[in-house]
Amino acid sequence: MSDAPGNGHPEGCALVTGASRGIGEAIATALAAEGWPVGVNFRSDEQGADRVVAAIEAAGGTAVAAPGDVTDPATADALFTQLEERFGPVLVLVNNAGTRADGLTVQMEDDAWQLVVETNLSAAFRLTRRAVRTMTRQRFGRIINIASIVGPKANAGQANYAAAKAGLIGFTRTVAVEVARRGVTVNAVAPGLVDTELTEGIPSKFLEAVPARRAGTPEDVAACVRFLASDSAGYVTGTTLTVDGGLSA
Amino acid sequence: MATTVTADQVEKVVYDALAEIGPSRDQLKREATFEELDVDSLDLAEVSQVVEEEFGVTLKGDDVENLKTVGDALDLILQRATS
Repeated sequence: MSDAPGNGHPEGCALVTGASRGIGEAIATALAAEGWPVGVNFRSDEQGADRVVAAIEAAGGTAVAAPGDVTDPATADALFTQLEERFGPVLVLVNNAGTRADGLTVQMEDDAWQLVVETNLSAAFRLTRRAVRTMTRQRFGRIINIASIVGPKANAGQANYAAAKAGLIGFTRTVAVEVARRGVTVNAVAPGLVDTELTEGIPSKFLEAVPARRAGTPEDVAACVRFLASDSAGYVTGTTLTVDGGLSA
Repeated sequence: MATTVTADQVEKVVYDALAEIGPSRDQLKREATFEELDVDSLDLAEVSQVVEEEFGVTLKGDDVENLKTVGDALDLILQRATS
C-alpha cells in the first residue's frame, strides 16, 4: 500500500501507540487511508484494537493489532520486531500513548508522577531511540509526538502531565536536529481540549474559554499528524503544531 | 564465531559503511581522520550499528567519541570482536 502513486518514501509501515481508541484510533485510521500499513498498539483494550483494525481493513487499508505496554522497556523492541517482520521497516512512529493522574503537587504521590512521566515521556524516548536506528539508514522517517498545550501552558492539578508533555516537546526539538540530514523529521502535535475518554469530566467552563467554541475532535488532531507524516512535510522538523481552536493563541 | 573475525573483514565492513555515508573510496585509509572525512557522531552511530549487526560488537557513545582516525576504529572493533 505504501507504494501508492505519488509516494516518494521507501516501503514500510507506521506504528501508532495507544491506538485502540480516541486520538490514537483517529491517527491510525488517517495513516491507513494514506496507504501506510499500520500497527495499532494497545495495552489492555484488545477489543478496541481489533475494532480499529477491522474498520481500517473494511475501508481497504492494512493494519495489525500490536499489543504492548509502552512503559515496559522491552516493549519497543517487541513492537518494532513484530511490525518489521510483517510489513518491513517502521517509517512512521506516532507516540500517542498517554495517561493522566491528576492532583495538586502538594498532594501528588510518587506513583502518580512516575506513571505519567513514564507513559507520556520515557516511553516516547525508548520508541524513538529504536525507530531512528532504522529510519536514519532508510534515509526516511517521520516521528510525531502527541504533546499537549498543557506543558507550554499551565493547568493546575496536572504538574506531572505538564512536565512530561513539556519534556516531550524539548525532546522532539533535539532529536529533530540530530537526525535532520538523514531525511528523518521529528515533530510534535499539541492538542488542546479534545473530546475523548481521557478528557471526560473536564468542566464546561473550559469549553467557554476556547475561541472556536467547541472541543476538538480526534480527527482534528489526526489531520495534523497526517500532514506531518506526509512526503510533503519533509522540510518541517523540530516544530510543534498546536491544534486547540485558538485556546493558547 | 567472534574469534574468526579478521582485520580484512573489519576493514571491508567499515569501509563499505563509511562509503555509503559520504566519503569516497579513495579517501578511506587508516590514517584518515573522521574530521577530514566529514564523518560526525551521527555517522559513526550508523557505522556502529552495521558493526554490531556484522560482528556482534557493541560500540557505545563513549567508545566512539575517542576515535580520531579510521585506524582507531578498525583497531577497536577488531579488538572487541576477537576478545
